[in-house]
Amino acid sequence: MIFQFDILLQQIINGLVLGSVYALVALGYTMVYGILGLINFAHGDVVMIGAMTALTIATALQTFAPEMPTVLVLLVAVAGAAPVCMALGYTMERVAYRPLRNAPRLAPLITAIGISMVLQAAAMMIWGRNYFTFPELVSHQPIMVLGATITPVQIMIVTLAAALMAGLTLMVNRTRIGRAMRATAENQPIAALMGVNVNGVISFTFIVGSGLGCVAGVMVAANYGIAHYYMGFILGLKAFTAAVLGGIGNIQGAMLGGLLLGLIESLGAGYIGDLTGGFLGSHYQDVFAFFVLIVVLIFKPSGLMGERVAERA
Amino acid sequence: MTDRFAALKAHPAAKWVGMLLIGAALLLLPFAVGHVGGPAWVRVLDFALLYVMLALGLNIVVGFAGLLDLGYIAFYAVGAYTYALLASPHFGIHLPLWALLPIAAGVAAIFGVLLGMPVLRLRGDYLAIVTLGFGEIIRIFLNNLNAPINITNGPQGISRIDPLAVGDFTLTKSHTLFGITFSGVHWHYYFFLLLALLIIFICMRLEDSRIGRAWVAIREDEVAAKAMGINTRNIKLLAFAMGATFGGVAGGLFAGFQAFVSPESFILMESIVVLCAVVLGGMGNIPGVIIGALILATLPEFLRYTIMPAQQALFGQQIVDPEVLRTMLFGLALVLVMLFRPAGLWPSQVRKRELAR
Repeated sequence: MIFQFDILLQQIINGLVLGSVYALVALGYTMVYGILGLINFAHGDVVMIGAMTALTIATALQTFAPEMPTVLVLLVAVAGAAPVCMALGYTMERVAYRPLRNAPRLAPLITAIGISMVLQAAAMMIWGRNYFTFPELVSHQPIMVLGATITPVQIMIVTLAAALMAGLTLMVNRTRIGRAMRATAENQPIAALMGVNVNGVISFTFIVGSGLGCVAGVMVAANYGIAHYYMGFILGLKAFTAAVLGGIGNIQGAMLGGLLLGLIESLGAGYIGDLTGGFLGSHYQDVFAFFVLIVVLIFKPSGLMGERVAERA
Repeated sequence: MTDRFAALKAHPAAKWVGMLLIGAALLLLPFAVGHVGGPAWVRVLDFALLYVMLALGLNIVVGFAGLLDLGYIAFYAVGAYTYALLASPHFGIHLPLWALLPIAAGVAAIFGVLLGMPVLRLRGDYLAIVTLGFGEIIRIFLNNLNAPINITNGPQGISRIDPLAVGDFTLTKSHTLFGITFSGVHWHYYFFLLLALLIIFICMRLEDSRIGRAWVAIREDEVAAKAMGINTRNIKLLAFAMGATFGGVAGGLFAGFQAFVSPESFILMESIVVLCAVVLGGMGNIPGVIIGALILATLPEFLRYTIMPAQQALFGQQIVDPEVLRTMLFGLALVLVMLFRPAGLWPSQVRKRELAR
């Protein structure tokens, strides 16, 4: 095994890009989990709807207003898709989760699975089962950095994700609504007694999570240049894994878990063949990711940054 | 009226008459179904029985012991591949059924313990994601273990698997008995029914046993269970192993029934469907779980056969792709059932009491 710095750097860049997207989606899972103790299985599909809506808007704009600058097209597409996702997140919570708040713990999990199926079916009805090419709104021209390459769209993904995560951290830690969110996560009835509008906070959490998910969906579609009705499933699964890796319910944990999972996957895919003497190829990258997750959880059963272990098994 | 009914119910013979009636109904069911819907529906019935076995196995893990398992289909896969490898031209091994099913069950049980060991300390959703990962790992290995040594034949799967046969009696062939011709799907139905009944019996006996009560104690409060002298580690491992055993048996039967296995059959969605069967029916309650499994196995087929004609009758043409509509209605059904009956269609008495509080 010859160590090559440029290849390592390339894997790290790929990992960071992938990881930023995972982190953004993982935030949606972890915020909802932190407050409700619920795995929102349909979150991945909200991400998919965001990507598909943005794709439709962008394609329409490029057809009807070809002179429009591409960055503006992207902004309008995200601005159009985000409210759709937010409305979806809000409705989902009102219809499928709120009535079940005091039900047995697995009941909302099943409705979440049901909602996920409904959203996928809806996407198939609207867009069909084809793969769509996402227009190249941000350049994919590679830039050389120390022997590795990075594209402007990748730079945009990492910076935008960092900005959004910083914004979210500020909001949760410094604002009134953020304090209300933390109080609700800590103890719902007491927060209600202290005058926190618990239902409002929960709705707000779903809206913010869905909005972040929407941006992540657009990023993925823009990076790979492709979007389809099934993309939310795998992405959601990975992001959920990332959230658990970092300690589910913990916002910083989701960011760390997302970045780590992205790095693990891309380094795993790159080096697993060398590590196992060619026995296992790069199709085992998911095995590698889950294996790392299992090992981490054996030593830290509540994730890397999780503090409390859910007693409500 | 109710008094008379209660008196009738109290009669010692009533239980036996009831059992006889249910038995007769179960024996005649494939003919009734075949008469109304054709042989394809008898096949659906066979699959429904496999689902019943799977759901009962998962019910031990999730319903009794309260360990959320999202990768349960892995054990089904292990059972199916064990059967496939030991009874097909792939390795040229052809073991008889009486050896295959116990081996499939045993291998699955070993995998159950293998999964159980590292996750003993995990709870709730951490457990869920690790089991999910375990299921995916098994599937990815099945998909890729065709190189460097060809073990599973990769994505193409293993075909020409030996049919289920008891001695010289091959279940896939038609046999005439008492002047009635039973076709392959019928024989499979009776064989699966026999095993399903056996599994139901084991589950019912387990539920009231020391082990069953220990599982429930762990589900309700692990720390208290430990304080009461329950060896939580062994009892939890036993739950994983028992659940996996039933999954392995169902998997072996599936391989023999289909004569073909491939990693495609063991995707995460399958685990989720089995979990839905358990929760939808009524977690921890055996009759409820059976009903949940029957509904989840037959509802998609039912929708498959009714959506097209219904659309044609309503609009005169096909407006929405039936497959898409099927997914949508299935999802809606899950949501609605849970909204109106959060504890499942037929919850266990204990849960009912908990909810009433």
